[in-house]
Amino acid sequence: MIHQYKNNGYNIVLDVNSGMIHIVDELVYDIISLYESHDVDTIIEKMMDKYSIPENAGLLEDPISKELILEGIDEIRQLKEDGSLFTEDIYQNYISEFKNRETVVKALCLHIAHDCNLACKYCFAEEGEYHGRRAIMSYEVGKKALDFLIVNSGKRRNLEVDFFGGEPLMNFQVVRDLVKYGREQEKIHDKHFRFTLTTNGLLLNDDIIAFANEEMDNVVLSIDGRKEIHDHMRPSRNGKGSYDIILPKFIKLAESRNQSRYYVRGTFTRNNLDFSEDVIHLAELGFKQISMEPVVSLPEEPYAITEEDIPVICEEYDKLAEYMIQSKKEGRSFNFFHFMLDLSGGPCVAKRLSGCGTGTEYLAVTPWGDIYPCHQFVGEEEYLLGNVDDGIKRDDLVEGFKHCNVYSKDNCKDCFARYYCSGGCAANSYKFHNNINDTYDIGCELQRKRVECSIMLKAAELDGEE
Amino acid sequence: MKHIKTLNTRNLKESMKKGGCGECQTSCQSACKTSCTVGNQSCENNN
Repeated sequence: MIHQYKNNGYNIVLDVNSGMIHIVDELVYDIISLYESHDVDTIIEKMMDKYSIPENAGLLEDPISKELILEGIDEIRQLKEDGSLFTEDIYQNYISEFKNRETVVKALCLHIAHDCNLACKYCFAEEGEYHGRRAIMSYEVGKKALDFLIVNSGKRRNLEVDFFGGEPLMNFQVVRDLVKYGREQEKIHDKHFRFTLTTNGLLLNDDIIAFANEEMDNVVLSIDGRKEIHDHMRPSRNGKGSYDIILPKFIKLAESRNQSRYYVRGTFTRNNLDFSEDVIHLAELGFKQISMEPVVSLPEEPYAITEEDIPVICEEYDKLAEYMIQSKKEGRSFNFFHFMLDLSGGPCVAKRLSGCGTGTEYLAVTPWGDIYPCHQFVGEEEYLLGNVDDGIKRDDLVEGFKHCNVYSKDNCKDCFARYYCSGGCAANSYKFHNNINDTYDIGCELQRKRVECSIMLKAAELDGEE
Repeated sequence: MKHIKTLNTRNLKESMKKGGCGECQTSCQSACKTSCTVGNQSCENNN
């Protein structure tokens, strides 16, 4: 299976199953689309016909000839023989065996506070309360959660813990105490905790920044971009905007971390389909690690992204990619999370096809110690897996998540992006289809576009190096 | 090759040999939380 497309002047051919990426000229781009379904004589005939027309002839560097076409065909043949073009999907059994292995828990999302000092309109946590009550996690519950993680992590050494909310800084002393406890325990059990803090920034101060720089592997800072956009969707409880309060703190934090190991992360909605402007705004403020995600909400919400918004959003992604190329040329490069792609050292195929780990490797813990498959399932009582005292009680649910992967989803079978999204978000599937083995179609469309842009950026990078 | 430039990419088939160690980061632990972005995660298998 291949996926071929044109973007920003590049003719790109992705060999889906090997992950190999080829940048080709016009002639070979056309030949590849015919190669598997036509014989050589027909290909020659079609190419001679097409490129004998003066307006097409100009697309080629050399005049069209039978020899030129055969040369292209020969290069394609070589790639096919090398296993980097027209390869088959050989992974289904491998993934099935891989998914059947005994899994360990390697990451926890700790809901330190089901309370928030903002009232963001799109919050999936319903202003921190997750369809439930306001609550903060006690040190005791947090300790049990870390113990649960250690006990259930098998031989895995690196353990990840995200301090999440609501707003975790509303319960910061517990964060501080749990980090201390984790550092003591990792020595005893030969583990290494990687802590992440996700915050809206209102309560950030120098003391917390210093602590975060010492202890947090990653800090996720919520900001939506331009002031008017941010303030509209992220007001405080008294209705005033939060941009002016958080921005100087975020700038300070990013600088104090040498512009690494953090993300400023925003959400865009139907209210700002021109979200590339928000990313550019953050880049121009000097942030180097930027993430901006489309809101995931049911169509009845006024800010929901709908199918008709997809073309505009795709154009925005193109615009952003082009801006990033220009910025790089000017020495002002930055990372956009959704365009990051590690081609030579990226994840193995097992990781790429086996799903995100929700419900098996990654779990969320509520302030009172209940365990859910991930932060997005919190409050969905039918997905309550257990608690930190008794451990996992719903092995049947875990089993369901264990077998949730690219091959369990019909829509992924013919999708070129399946090696980049791992079958998509189970919580989004549940939200829109009431089961975890479906896909969220708008999200899929946008994911495909982002993969195309990411690959184009790699092509542009190669171009720049030459 | 004259007509084709191949980007320096790890062939996924090769990654079957030593893959699946599970030491890599969970995708939602980075900056996702509402999507599933796996292709940009780094491999942590140094073997």
